[in-house]
Amino acid sequence: MSTKKKLIVVGNGMTGYKFCEKFIEKGLSKIYDITVFGEEPWAAYDRVHLTDYYTGTSVRDLKMAPREWYEENGIELRTSYKITSVDRDKKIAYNQHGDEFTYDTLVLSTGSDAFVPPIPGVDKKGVFVYRRIEDLDAIKEYVTNAKSAAVIGGGLLGLEAAKAVMDDGLKTSVVEFAPRLMPRQLDDDGSNMLKSELEKLDLDILLSKNTKSINGNGKVTAMEFADGSILETDMVVVSAGIRPRDELARECGLTVGERGGILVDETMRTSDPSIFAIGECALALGSIWGLVAPCYDMADVCANNLLGEEAKFEGADLSTKLKLIGIEVASFGDAFGVTEGAKPIVFHNIPNGIYKKIFISEDGKHLLGGILVGDAEDYNMLYQTYASKIKLPANPEGLIIKSDGGGFELSVLDLPDEAVICSCENVTKKSLIEAVDEFDFTQVGQLKKATKAGTGCGGCVPMLDDLLTAKLEASGKVVKKVICEHFDYTRQELFDLIKVEEIKTYPELLKKHGTGSGCEICKPLSASLLASIWNEHITKHSNIQDTNDKFLANIQKGGTYSVVPRIAGGEITPDKLIVIGQVAKKYDLYTKITGGQRIDLFGAKVEELPEIWKELIEAGFESGHAYGKSLRTVKSCVGSTWCRYGQQDSVSFALKVENRYKGLRSPHKLKGGVSGCIRECAEARGKDFGIIATDKGYNLLLCGNGGANPKHALLFATDLDEETCIKYLDRFLMFYIKTAAPLTRTAKWLDNLDGGIDYLKEVVIEDSLGICEQLDKDMEKLVDTYACEWKKVVEDPEMIKKFRPFVNSDATDDSIKFTPMREMKKPANW
Amino acid sequence: MTDTATIKWIEVAPLSEFEVDGGKAVIIEGKQIAVYYFQDRDEWYATDNECPHQKQQALSRGMIGSDGDEPKVACPFHKKSFSLKSGKCLSGEDYEINTYPVKVEGDLVYIGLD
Ligand code: SRM
Ligand SMILES: Cc1cc2nc3c(=O)[nH]c(=O)nc-3n(C[C@H](O)[C@H](O)[C@H](O)COP(=O)(O)OP(=O)(O)OC[C@H]3O[C@@H](n4cnc5c(N)ncnc54)[C@H](O)[C@@H]3O)c2cc1C
Ligand code: SF4
Ligand code: FES
Repeated sequence: MSTKKKLIVVGNGMTGYKFCEKFIEKGLSKIYDITVFGEEPWAAYDRVHLTDYYTGTSVRDLKMAPREWYEENGIELRTSYKITSVDRDKKIAYNQHGDEFTYDTLVLSTGSDAFVPPIPGVDKKGVFVYRRIEDLDAIKEYVTNAKSAAVIGGGLLGLEAAKAVMDDGLKTSVVEFAPRLMPRQLDDDGSNMLKSELEKLDLDILLSKNTKSINGNGKVTAMEFADGSILETDMVVVSAGIRPRDELARECGLTVGERGGILVDETMRTSDPSIFAIGECALALGSIWGLVAPCYDMADVCANNLLGEEAKFEGADLSTKLKLIGIEVASFGDAFGVTEGAKPIVFHNIPNGIYKKIFISEDGKHLLGGILVGDAEDYNMLYQTYASKIKLPANPEGLIIKSDGGGFELSVLDLPDEAVICSCENVTKKSLIEAVDEFDFTQVGQLKKATKAGTGCGGCVPMLDDLLTAKLEASGKVVKKVICEHFDYTRQELFDLIKVEEIKTYPELLKKHGTGSGCEICKPLSASLLASIWNEHITKHSNIQDTNDKFLANIQKGGTYSVVPRIAGGEITPDKLIVIGQVAKKYDLYTKITGGQRIDLFGAKVEELPEIWKELIEAGFESGHAYGKSLRTVKSCVGSTWCRYGQQDSVSFALKVENRYKGLRSPHKLKGGVSGCIRECAEARGKDFGIIATDKGYNLLLCGNGGANPKHALLFATDLDEETCIKYLDRFLMFYIKTAAPLTRTAKWLDNLDGGIDYLKEVVIEDSLGICEQLDKDMEKLVDTYACEWKKVVEDPEMIKKFRPFVNSDATDDSIKFTPMREMKKPANW
Repeated sequence: MTDTATIKWIEVAPLSEFEVDGGKAVIIEGKQIAVYYFQDRDEWYATDNECPHQKQQALSRGMIGSDGDEPKVACPFHKKSFSLKSGKCLSGEDYEINTYPVKVEGDLVYIGLD
């Protein structure tokens, strides 16, 4: 029998977990045996990043710690156990089955629930909250049959939930009771700016709306407001605030606040000295604290008090920064300027959607707080300036207005030692610097692991990065972006080494310039360098390629592959269309017209790839390189051959361009477009290179893309003839291939290029670097050595053998499963 | 250490069938096993072919390499890495895969099963 005292923790959420961590760290296990009860079926997970679960991260990835962690540390964790009552006299807690658990000390970390206002109809099918994994599973299932959604609540969480359902393709509206968005963080101007930016993204924002009822026969079909208006919607997500879970505390007679929450003193003790309450269920200093940082603080304070050390919860700063659908919003300190004598400085850039407002103290010496919408890049630094009370310069407007040279540049190293860089984990600048010094860290990952900084909400990670870089630079260490642990070189340096020393294989490169056996970072990178320098067949380096390049096809869910033949410019003959249909039918492939004007055939087993390609190649098709970092498509519109507005024959030119650059290997994929007139039906401005016909020739636009960070291509030259256009393109592409970092699209590359598009013009048109002749030659060589890589495979029995799923059997991989869908098939869910 | 006496060695395929500095899958009584060969170290390893992350039969199609001295494979789907010696996940998660002994005799490769 253990002689230790018994500690019970009720609730295994983020706070409950943090308490366990502190419990172990502080050696409380010498005094107590600890048992943790959690009502949810999972061990504590990261609720802050719950939306990542919605977009595909597994529960496992979201866990704060695996179950083994609890085991290894002697913590008894019982999930799916709900504590339903407590007998405080006998010191016994009971679960839903009536089992008894005695305790000496009880810690309540029961968190909160979503607050659901008592609107008639909230119990209808199709009304959800956004708080737990189960909620998200239920939403995810329901959206498949919904076209529109409404989110009640325009606060932080409501907007996050709105983004998630909107990304699932639903027409989404946000309904807010207050006259502005994020009423606790933003002022009217800030809210207006955020609103108009969100509206640009097709999110509907309804302010000052009081929901009277949720209508529908059994399931939601509409919402009705107090002003009589009606919003039709297929589902409703309620995110109108939180309600502390104090029902257990009420049941056993602990004092609770008038508006809910378990009343605690500064040591986190409830009205019963053997019972503590921490996290979102606790009413501390008169408030419910709905952010992780203060909740973690409470866990720490509670653990210290259990040790017999006096510790007090002192409240916390509610500063926040978040990124909503690519729009940054932050608010910190005295965001509304309520401090006596506070003086505002405002920067309002309506066309670019930027609003910044800061308040400085009456004597102009200190920053009091502020609001940032549209550009919160400086948030961390501003927050530190405020929190560490750093003395302001004479021109404090430099804090938010960055004119050349005029800005107020504060380095992380200037911050005082006690500055708290990570507020979730309470890590100071001093302890970070000490960690860097002690362990000679060179990567942020190492610093995070050692100090836990940046592992909570993650908002301080950019600052950790700055700190590490500044520290390394200050100690005279050259900071260079080396590729990985195996090569102490940058991509550019490796490129030069390969070229100058005529290195032809990866093992040779590793032996001469690297260490170890390589990895999934340096191998494909070297493969891409070797391929773009020597333009050899990609399968020659098959074992250092991503699986996509290895099997010349994209791997998809379930382990099947897709087949994308090139259909240059989107032009295809009826006969070739028929062949695609026949092949798809024969091999039972799912077919879809892609966003790149061609046809993708999905669901091919690895051993079928060579046969499928053999049939396609016999009919005159070639690889579409959908698997490589290489030219994808050059989209075209019908142009002057058919279209009444067409200025030039855009299809013929697109074909010419696509066929010229097919097979080209590059740092990232490349896409082009040729439009027959300014109506721009080929969406050329959204491509890495866009060509738009004019009455005199073609305008060339460079460095655009769609994707995650859309950018319009910039005008590079006007009214070019086809030959000049191709000459400029050759040089531009070659220059990009030679100088861009891996996985950098052209837009990002241009962003980092000093001098931008004007500099690019100098290099390509005026030959300011004197390299054009070389660029021309290099491109000519690549074009001349092109060969369809699939053709080579299907002609070579040795290569075909590589596509067998097992080396010891001719069996097919029967772990691959499909389910039927709309007369075709799809892979079974994972 | 595995007790060699209890290992059942199964002949799988000739050396030439395997990939240099890469992986290949074999199937033994319906179970998929991935076999890897490092030329520079002249070392062979075998693990489950199934990646525990999304239960995909995929590891043999991943890239191999090293993390410090530890030989490893990275899953082609989401790049989770596993030690080929211990089977432990090196990307900071609590996944683990089974590893199996491999031996080469003459030009044949054998996998050891319990
Ligand atoms: C099939 C297709 C979607 C469709 O059903 O239409 C598609 C499918 C994939 N896209 Fe895409 N993209 C497709 C058009 C696009 C477009 C539209 C376009 O090309 O006009 C875009 C935005 C335009 C752009 O790239 O600038 C697009 C932006 C992306 C991105 C984001 C790139 C970025 O810079 O942010 C990725 C991720 C990446 O490449 O790293 C991606 C990656 C992928 C991958 C390779 C993801 C993967 O690894 O599995 C998908 C592979 C499909 C397969 O197995 O073949 N796909 N993808 C389209 C194939 C076009 C083609 O014929 O080759
Ligand atoms: C979508 C979303 C995004 C968020 N984003 C941020 C953010 O960016 N930044 C930030 O600081 N905060 C954010 N938060 C808030 C943050 O998640 C909470 O502050 C934090 O989770 C509070 O932790 P907790 O442990 O106190 O409560 P909870 O996480 O709610 O955990 C309480 C646990 O106790 C269990 N429980 C309750 N009663 C019992 C019982 N009787 N018996 C057994 N178990 C019980 C519950 O089931 C639950 O698992 C976000 C929250 C959500 C929902
Ligand atoms: S096809 Fe493109 S947009 Fe669609 S899921 Fe795949 S990567 Fe994402
Ligand atoms: S399936 Fe292997 S990493 Fe996701």
